[in-house]
Amino acid sequence: MAVEMLSYIERQSPIHQLTGVTKLICFMIWSSIAMLTYDTRVLVFLFLFSICVFIVSKVKLEEVAFVLLFILLFLMINNLAIYVFSPQEGVKIYGTSHVLFEIGGRYSITLEQLFYQLNVTLKYFTVIPAAILFIVTTNPSEFAASLNRIGVSYRISYAVALALRYIPDIQRDFRSISLSQQARGIDMSRKEKLPKRIKNAASIIIPLILSSLDKIEIISNAMELRGFGKNKKRSWYRARPFQKIDVFTIILFVLILLISLYVTFHDGNRFYNPFL
Amino acid sequence: MKKPVIQFENYSFQYRSQTAPTLHEINLTIYEGEKILIVGPSGSGKSTLGHCLNGLVPFSYKGEVLGSLKICGEDAKDLDIFSLSKKVGTVLQDPDGQFIGLTVAEDIAFALENDCTPQTQMFDKVAEVSKMVEMEAYLDSSLHHLSGGQKQRVSLAGVMVDDVEILLFDEPLANLDPATGKYAIELIDRIQQETNKTVVIIEHRLEDVLHCPVDRIIVVDDGRIISDMTPDELLASPVLEQCSIREPLYVKAVKYAACDITPEMKPAHLDSFQVESCKGQLIDWFTKVDSPQPREKTESVLELKDINFGYAPGNRTIHGVSFSIEKGEMVSIVGKNGAGKSTLSKLICGFEKPSSGRIYYRGQDITEDTIKERASRIGMVMQNPNQMISKQMIYDEVALGLVIRGVPETEIKERVMKTLKICGLYPFRNWPISALSFGQKKRVTIASILVLEPEVIILDEPTAGQDFRHYTEIMDFLAKLNSQGVTIIMITHDMHLMLEYTPRAIVIADGRKIADASAVNVLADSTIIEKANLKETSLFELAHRAGISEPTQFVDRFIAYDREVRQKWQ
Repeated sequence: MAVEMLSYIERQSPIHQLTGVTKLICFMIWSSIAMLTYDTRVLVFLFLFSICVFIVSKVKLEEVAFVLLFILLFLMINNLAIYVFSPQEGVKIYGTSHVLFEIGGRYSITLEQLFYQLNVTLKYFTVIPAAILFIVTTNPSEFAASLNRIGVSYRISYAVALALRYIPDIQRDFRSISLSQQARGIDMSRKEKLPKRIKNAASIIIPLILSSLDKIEIISNAMELRGFGKNKKRSWYRARPFQKIDVFTIILFVLILLISLYVTFHDGNRFYNPFL
Repeated sequence: MKKPVIQFENYSFQYRSQTAPTLHEINLTIYEGEKILIVGPSGSGKSTLGHCLNGLVPFSYKGEVLGSLKICGEDAKDLDIFSLSKKVGTVLQDPDGQFIGLTVAEDIAFALENDCTPQTQMFDKVAEVSKMVEMEAYLDSSLHHLSGGQKQRVSLAGVMVDDVEILLFDEPLANLDPATGKYAIELIDRIQQETNKTVVIIEHRLEDVLHCPVDRIIVVDDGRIISDMTPDELLASPVLEQCSIREPLYVKAVKYAACDITPEMKPAHLDSFQVESCKGQLIDWFTKVDSPQPREKTESVLELKDINFGYAPGNRTIHGVSFSIEKGEMVSIVGKNGAGKSTLSKLICGFEKPSSGRIYYRGQDITEDTIKERASRIGMVMQNPNQMISKQMIYDEVALGLVIRGVPETEIKERVMKTLKICGLYPFRNWPISALSFGQKKRVTIASILVLEPEVIILDEPTAGQDFRHYTEIMDFLAKLNSQGVTIIMITHDMHLMLEYTPRAIVIADGRKIADASAVNVLADSTIIEKANLKETSLFELAHRAGISEPTQFVDRFIAYDREVRQKWQ
């Protein structure tokens, strides 16, 4: 059903073959680079690279389109907010001012501001596909197994796996509850005013929490009845050993990290300045 | 001498949150290799009894234990829940909720993982056990995509990997359609014969469990063991009726015909049941009892014309379904799990839009109407009341739909009070919803729909998980509403419900309507039964064996008579 977003998508691809830990490490490296750098050359490279990875993963764009659009909406809001609250941020950073349009006062649009916001947008674009890919290509059980192997307690690992596993369940519940509440006249569409809509949302959240609590009781009983938590250790049916491709991938990503950091900081500034 | 594996001695248990004990002085011994059925109404303590065996009592549900319980010769007090789980394997009621892994293989392997079994051994064991439950072809399937029966086989496999000595089934039939339920019972029987494990089944659908032989039936009521007999003895006694547990229909019919049933007649299974001596009385009774009056035709209130629908393009779930429902009718939509019954109800309520076809309400096209517009005419009650309840107080919950519609407060009060009275909830109007039982919550959700005064109410499995007493209560309440003019459509796979309360049944199989006839005639047609995973009622066979030439008439008369009798004992 179309409601299952952000859940594991089974495919045969090199990305799927990597162990969960490899993907987690790579994702963390990836996000750190994106957070640290404002260097446009690095960002553009990362962006193009993440598109390649996306294509290799064989995940189709329409399968994640909803989440993508949702995040893009926030990106727009973010961009607008930056402009509203700090319209001359770019000028401050790059030290020059090329005015494109005179609007008056500090709201004049400058090339520097546009360039700065382009960089912010690029940062989003490098992290988002990676984050989505990480979630949809990682089998939760296998991920738990990997986490456990790098030293995380298996209880926590399993909790993470269960949380990932319940994403589609909760979405399904949310949908059916929301429909039945709409049938009673609770309007969640744009026709209703925002404060009322927020209040109405409570009438979906409460049943959702209650039915989830029911589920938690059943699942924790079921787990206990089958011996979960008995030993200090456990083995994993889905465990996968590290393969060459994992080592190779991690080395590749560490290299990308080092090069990006070098390119970014060798001139002593996080920003790449084309205006000088 | 057989070896006892479960021994309760003067065992009592009181939940910490409750003021009175749930189990009183239980004395019960179960021997190795026995197959035991525990029956009892909701709240009788039969589930608690099961929890005592698998250790959820007292390890997860705390409380005070008196007396002793020995499992495989060891005192349960000295064991912990983990060592108990190696002796007693539990298959819980709701297969959806108890799945832990993502795929079939992982879920089966869960207990092995917790024992630190090496991976290669796990693969072997999972392959072996999955073969036993005939799921070896589905090892990598996602659990969500399995049918109800397959899910149950997976959960059975999940406890079988442990080589437990006792298999405990908590209401194994609750979520299964009739044919799958029959298969589940056969599977349990086969596994028990192959492995000689002790089997304990907790279930209130007695006739369905008796499809395969059991050694003893324990009847629990009010936290006490009322009887402990062989099935033949129990069915010959009046115990079941006293505890309001449904007897097998063929037994009931023979009792109505004023025949004495003795254990020697072997009533436990219809095939072995000797009806020869009752033939005369059955025929007498058949000719004496009136046949029910057919209802008069009225105008159509809801009509579906050639509805097609699919969740994804190119993948149709509903194929050209048309039917018309008259005002004041009570209709059931039946079919196996996943046949498209719920999808149809979603289409009627406007939750989903048909890809082609029209829906008419009193001749007026409502295909394009929004959910909200339809809601004032067609109400939908979901299976799980917890998915609908969003307020703490009963009054607020029932009033919610009216408040949102901006109805004046005095009118709200009047309408809510009226609805609460109809639903028998008036005495509880100031109670918090959390204090209600499951059946009462169900009624609150029906009330919250009813208050909007829709002309048609659709109920998804209105009696799922209810015992016979609550089942009768809810269904009689719906029948009363129906007699006041509300049209009722029920989605169900409960054969009794369809036979007893809905004169007409629409049968859906693979997204197509395959029958639209009286409930009795649907069950008389073996091709429909097979296609839709239904089950023939034992009454046909009984009528046949008694030499009654019109078996459908016999069923009709029995149902009408039975309802009258039950209305009296309320």
